[in-house]
Amino acid sequence: MKEVKTSMAGNVWKVQVTQGDQVTAGQEVVILESMKMEIPITAEEDGVVEELKVEEGSFVNEDDVLMTLK
Amino acid sequence: MIKKLLVANRGEIAVRIFRTCERLGIRTVAVFSDADEEAVHTKAADEARWIGPARVKESYLNADKILEVAKETGADAIHPGYGFLSENPDFSRRVKEAGITFIGPAENIMETMGNKIAAREAMIEAGVPVVPGATLKSENEDEVAKVCAEIGYPVMIKAASGGGGIGMQRVDHKDELVKVLPSVIKKAETFFGSAELYVEKFIENPRHIEAQVFGDHHGNVVCLGERDCSIQRRNQKIIEEAPAPKLSDETRKSLFAYAEKAAGNIGYTNAGTIEFLVDSDENIYFLEMNTRLQVEHPVTEEVTGIDLVEWQIRIAEEKRISDLEERNMSYEHAIEVRVYAEDPVTFFPSPGKLKRWSFPQMEDIRYDSGVEEGVQVTPFYDPMLAKIIAKGSSRQDAIEKMSACLEKAEVEGIKTNIPMLIETLQHDVFKEGSATTQFVQQYVIEKSSKV
Repeated sequence: MKEVKTSMAGNVWKVQVTQGDQVTAGQEVVILESMKMEIPITAEEDGVVEELKVEEGSFVNEDDVLMTLK
Repeated sequence: MIKKLLVANRGEIAVRIFRTCERLGIRTVAVFSDADEEAVHTKAADEARWIGPARVKESYLNADKILEVAKETGADAIHPGYGFLSENPDFSRRVKEAGITFIGPAENIMETMGNKIAAREAMIEAGVPVVPGATLKSENEDEVAKVCAEIGYPVMIKAASGGGGIGMQRVDHKDELVKVLPSVIKKAETFFGSAELYVEKFIENPRHIEAQVFGDHHGNVVCLGERDCSIQRRNQKIIEEAPAPKLSDETRKSLFAYAEKAAGNIGYTNAGTIEFLVDSDENIYFLEMNTRLQVEHPVTEEVTGIDLVEWQIRIAEEKRISDLEERNMSYEHAIEVRVYAEDPVTFFPSPGKLKRWSFPQMEDIRYDSGVEEGVQVTPFYDPMLAKIIAKGSSRQDAIEKMSACLEKAEVEGIKTNIPMLIETLQHDVFKEGSATTQFVQQYVIEKSSKV
């Protein structure tokens, strides 16, 4: 199973995909807000969004899984 | 006389304000969120009160709770610091209604200067030059394009009620405008609750030079000098200095005159900063006014010998400017660097535990720090950890002292911009005193092209 993880701690500001969406490697899928800055998180591989693990407003720590892809 | 002061803020600025209060014999109250229970500022006051969870909306922006704490602790004044509630007229109104002194200007002035359009009109009225620009009430692409063409590309588009560089976008031609417009509008709505945009002529390669002003409650206004804050990334300052290098005496005189005219005309009280852009021909344009104490105020303190927080307190007590003192020794030149918890190359934030935080004790180096070894740098707040101020008998002297200090700094556990600061201080363009607001962008490009 493929996962999209966050590179740093912060608040999930925007989730830009929904379950079932096709994503490609390098595509911005989540925007995190950390220390007053927007941090785009990109998918590292192609896939279809299987499950979103966070929602807008969630707090995440470094390496938390944001979503799984299949 | 103010006897007990609450600082509605956190980090280095809270600590710095407490330091002056202690010297003046004023009792202090700190406020803290869940994330700041062990923070330096929480321990730096006579009393500390919890105001809510980590998120700023529930703590440092929670006016109800802060007012409640002020009343409970018997504080007779509130200093808002910078950021958070410092430029919020509703907050200052409520503070006053509670019978507490707000350390800052009158609400109506805060309101005017907080709105780019109103501020600009006030400046035009005061005879201060402004950057050519216009408000865009329309989201219609063609109309926006028409206005941009009239002003002349390149232009800068931003939220009319924005700040902090968020949602600001340079646009070079019409095709680009069409591409970026929806996202600029969206950001304006998300961050500032209004889609109203402001577009202005983009002044190429300007220097950011600002004037520190003070107004008292007796109609007097004074300019305490200028600061050059051209070294910025993402429109956020990194290095500031006073006086501005290579500024002609004539331009400096005009700048002070404009600043005093601006502050005088609006009847400004307390500390304020008027920001200007100065282009390569030394044309001066009003940028904005910050109706509060500025992050970089220490460089002015070091070259004037004035404790600006002391002046703020005394002016709030309705003292006259002419009765205020210059307390400390003054230097020819002062430079401040902001130490940020961020990657020095990508500028991405770097929260985490500060496993090591060690700086040398050196003559003519001042530390205004909000952290200490062992603390957790959380993702909830601004990435600025501390400010370091070097003072000297000349600009070169100050630069050398700062470089020596930063070379000996040891920080572990998180990434900081210290390597980038050192490289900037040693960069020929900076050393010459020729850096413009484009310096960082240029420097990053230079650096990545070498890799």
